[in-house]
Amino acid sequence: MDAPIPFRPLPSRAPPRAATGPFAALRRHLFGTPGNAVTTLLLAALLWAALPPALGWLVGHAVWRADYAACRALEHTAACWGFVAEKWRLILFGRYPYLEQWRPLAATAIVVAALVVTAIPAFWRRELVWLWGAALAAFFVLMSGGIPGLAGVDTGLWGGLPLTVLLTLIGMGASIPIGILLALARRSDLPLLRAMATLYIELVRGVPLITVLFTASFVFPLLLPQGFHLDVLTRVALGIVLFQAAYMAEVVRGGLQALPKGQAEAAAALGLSWWRTQRQVILPQALTLVIPSFVNSLLSTFMDTSLVTVVSMYDLTGALRLALGDAQWRNFFLEGYLFVALIYFACCFAMSRYSHWLEHRLGRWTRR
Amino acid sequence: MPDTEPIIRLAGVNKWFGPFHVLKDIDLDVARGERIVIAGPSGSGKSTLIRCINRLEEHQEGTIVVDGVTLTDDVKAVEKIRREVGMVFQQFNLFPHLTVLENLMLAPHWVLGLPHADAEERALQQLARVHIGEQAHKYPGQLSGGQQQRVAIARAMCMRPRIMLFDEPTSALDPEMVKEVLDVMIELAEGGMTMLVVTHEMGFAKSVADRVVFMDQGQVVEQAPPGEFFANARHERSRAFLSKILG
Repeated sequence: MDAPIPFRPLPSRAPPRAATGPFAALRRHLFGTPGNAVTTLLLAALLWAALPPALGWLVGHAVWRADYAACRALEHTAACWGFVAEKWRLILFGRYPYLEQWRPLAATAIVVAALVVTAIPAFWRRELVWLWGAALAAFFVLMSGGIPGLAGVDTGLWGGLPLTVLLTLIGMGASIPIGILLALARRSDLPLLRAMATLYIELVRGVPLITVLFTASFVFPLLLPQGFHLDVLTRVALGIVLFQAAYMAEVVRGGLQALPKGQAEAAAALGLSWWRTQRQVILPQALTLVIPSFVNSLLSTFMDTSLVTVVSMYDLTGALRLALGDAQWRNFFLEGYLFVALIYFACCFAMSRYSHWLEHRLGRWTRR
Repeated sequence: MPDTEPIIRLAGVNKWFGPFHVLKDIDLDVARGERIVIAGPSGSGKSTLIRCINRLEEHQEGTIVVDGVTLTDDVKAVEKIRREVGMVFQQFNLFPHLTVLENLMLAPHWVLGLPHADAEERALQQLARVHIGEQAHKYPGQLSGGQQQRVAIARAMCMRPRIMLFDEPTSALDPEMVKEVLDVMIELAEGGMTMLVVTHEMGFAKSVADRVVFMDQGQVVEQAPPGEFFANARHERSRAFLSKILG
């Protein structure tokens, strides 16, 4: 046999120049084909035409002071932020007593601070449970008062941003664990459990949230035994949780479905119990997979809370409608809605960016 | 109990998938330390047979006794068996969200209750045995197929099983990686492990097995020591199979 020919790997070279760099990519995307070039030019012209007047209306010619005469003189040719300047406390805090509004502000700040801490991976440990216990206790004490130094405030008067935040938090926080249990039950080997979970999920998903809220608010009290009382906030929160849990269950089930059967089999073959298998092997993978759908639900819960106005609770949008009840300012609803939309957008955008980051971080194992 | 007692005994085992009769009247005794290769065409019930031994599949008729424990619906008994029976899968089935080390420590910690440090020591030991100690902190997705399968073997070995089941452990591997996995299996066999191996690697059967069990259509057609089976299979069906795979 002849001596074998040795294998010499060719050295790797850098890719050709034109294909790289930010400008090359930009040029290819914007002007790569005649069609692209025309679209780019048309959109640029549109922006050129629309942006200056929009900015003029929003900022340049706008009235910022709570000056009704100046606002009226504008005749809607520019924004009247005076409405927001006049009514912002009513919009943010609803009917909560005016002189006590530092309390909802502090309560919301505490809960948001707890959220921020929770979002940081360095703090992901058991003690978070205590933090949340303390934060929620502080929230409720501050909001409802009734202790020396803090006058009692009925939950019916809670409103604005604190109400929106609270309902979203409870709606998501409680519906995730319930949803996980429902999803596991729906995939269980026990026929009765499976049937009950399926029935619950399908029934709830067949009902609009607004019906659930009406039921929680008006029908549910009639079904409670005599002398037993749940305030309207608790009933509505319960309704949102039970509603959201059905959707969560299906989100989680989607993640469970996506895992190969071999994962559970390998865990079982090692002797792990069913619960251990779910906890250590199945759920960590399934929940990471469904983060995008989770955030979808989170955002829609956040905005669905505005439906509570139908049962006379004044969340952010409800409080805005209260503010618009002032005959003098009611023509400036556009500015009011833009202000509220800005708050919604800022919150949603923050959550969306965070979830992207989280997905990336938790999904490290999916990248090679 | 004397050591001559079989460590696994299957008697009159039958199983159906729906109307499909997948295992037919299986009788099989496995002695302690015995190495058995189960061969046969696909769909012959080989995998189902070994999956019944740790009850990943339930048999409907007959009895299966593993290390003195009869397999029934009793969850505790099943979990006890699974602690003593390791399994290696065709698709590795490593947990992708855990590092190699965490994959190995999971069961010793949660099933055997070993403290973290002990589980880690055991895991590193087993990784060294399969020659990939340096990969401990990588995720499975970062390893080659052959490395992943060796991790899977190490993971099963961390439970210090008395029996190891291999379900086509080299069938999903690139040809260049088959040998590194077989070498690890040979080392295990030389250590005296009781092994049931479903495989098409007839070279492995010839050099390692004490007995070849040949199956077709859900039944054991014949069983014999490899020398006898390869040189002089008694059944027509076995000969037809051998002539196809040995060419």
